[in-house]
Amino acid sequence: MLRRFHLEEPRSIGEISELLGRFGESAKIYAGGTELLLAMKEGLVQYERLINVKGVQGLNEVANGNGAIKIGALCTHRQLENCPGLQQKLPAFVELEHNVANVRVRQVGTIGGNLCFAEPHADPGILLVALDAKMIAEKASGKREIAAEEFFVDAYETCLEPDELLTAIEVPLPAENSAAAYLKFGYLERPSVGVAVALTLIPAEKSLADIRIGVGCAGPAPKRVPAAEEILRGKSIEEAKREVAKAGEVAGRAADAISDLHGSQEYKEHIVGVLLKRALHSALSQC
Amino acid sequence: MSKALSKHPDAQTIPVSFILNGRQQEIEVEPHELLLDVVRERLGLTGVKRSCDVQVCGACTLLVDGRPVSACTTLAFEVRGRSVLTIEGLAEDGKLHPLQESFIEHGGFQCGFCTPGMILAAKALLDENPNPSEDELKHFMHGNICRCTGYKKIIESIMAAAKKMRSTGR
Repeated sequence: MLRRFHLEEPRSIGEISELLGRFGESAKIYAGGTELLLAMKEGLVQYERLINVKGVQGLNEVANGNGAIKIGALCTHRQLENCPGLQQKLPAFVELEHNVANVRVRQVGTIGGNLCFAEPHADPGILLVALDAKMIAEKASGKREIAAEEFFVDAYETCLEPDELLTAIEVPLPAENSAAAYLKFGYLERPSVGVAVALTLIPAEKSLADIRIGVGCAGPAPKRVPAAEEILRGKSIEEAKREVAKAGEVAGRAADAISDLHGSQEYKEHIVGVLLKRALHSALSQC
Repeated sequence: MSKALSKHPDAQTIPVSFILNGRQQEIEVEPHELLLDVVRERLGLTGVKRSCDVQVCGACTLLVDGRPVSACTTLAFEVRGRSVLTIEGLAEDGKLHPLQESFIEHGGFQCGFCTPGMILAAKALLDENPNPSEDELKHFMHGNICRCTGYKKIIESIMAAAKKMRSTGR
């Protein structure tokens, strides 16, 4: 049962920012509602006001430009899993979107809502960290870019300011000889562990020019693991395959895994290593 | 069934004009009212079920503009200007939909609690993909849970209905 709230239906980013500034913590942005309404029904959070942002035009488009793919924050998971332009450029992201929750959640849940709610057991942020995505945050007085790896602060917490909203996600167009993979594991409705790899090869040398690794779900927030990347960066493919177990141990420890219903800390750390190995092989096989 | 709302003195109301099972409906809702409650309690259509209440089980599946949503977690005002289909609206002129016939023919249900959601989700699938593979079917339907059948009969029912619909063009 939901408690009564007042609904605001602004038509512009400026109006949303103004409402957020005016009503502070008593108001919350509402888009798809797939996470927010559950928390409100459970009584975990209460708001006097919801700000329905779906009336703002232009925030649900996918566009190409400036060497990046710009994904509007109001794009639904379904839109993204069925977007031909994305399928071509970011197949790993499309695959991830295809497997978010279930078809009803994907139908209404938005990528922006997913990222801003920052539920720890969520997929997209992990891959976006590995893909070096930028979050575009706007408020009445301006606009800024936030690196995906800086965006998530803690469970249910992002670095957005109180009157700021996420309007888009910019993912750099993958370089030649690049590939990415996201793998998750879990037996409950939400993922228990998620690992993402994005890498670029130097084909002539059969070596890894660059690699970025994201882990999440095991701990409070998605994070990048530079220490695990360093073990693999610059290595030949064969060396990387040999060293990935060591990188997996480092990534597992870095995941801030907690023991809960999804599994023990040790178990999740182990799974991070298993998924990292598989994700590396998957990305390599796509290059 | 009363469509009146017992209003809180300072309640905000939102006029909602939508199509329900092919018929125009005009109601007023408060922002916090859930589609599930409005359809069941105010409009008297009880095919849609409340079960898990957290968008996991699919018993509250309705089609909004042909797409499956969880009525338990959809605010009623969101159907403004849209078309809502419940299981009660699926038969046409007293003739069951091929999916309904197929679930009967192939024993696609036992207690029947999940069945309205199963059939509506399957309709959404077949409307966009008339010839799904079994894997595509399972992926699409994995958010609809049945605690009786073990799913085999449900999958058989949907596959058989798909075949029938392709051959009859329905």
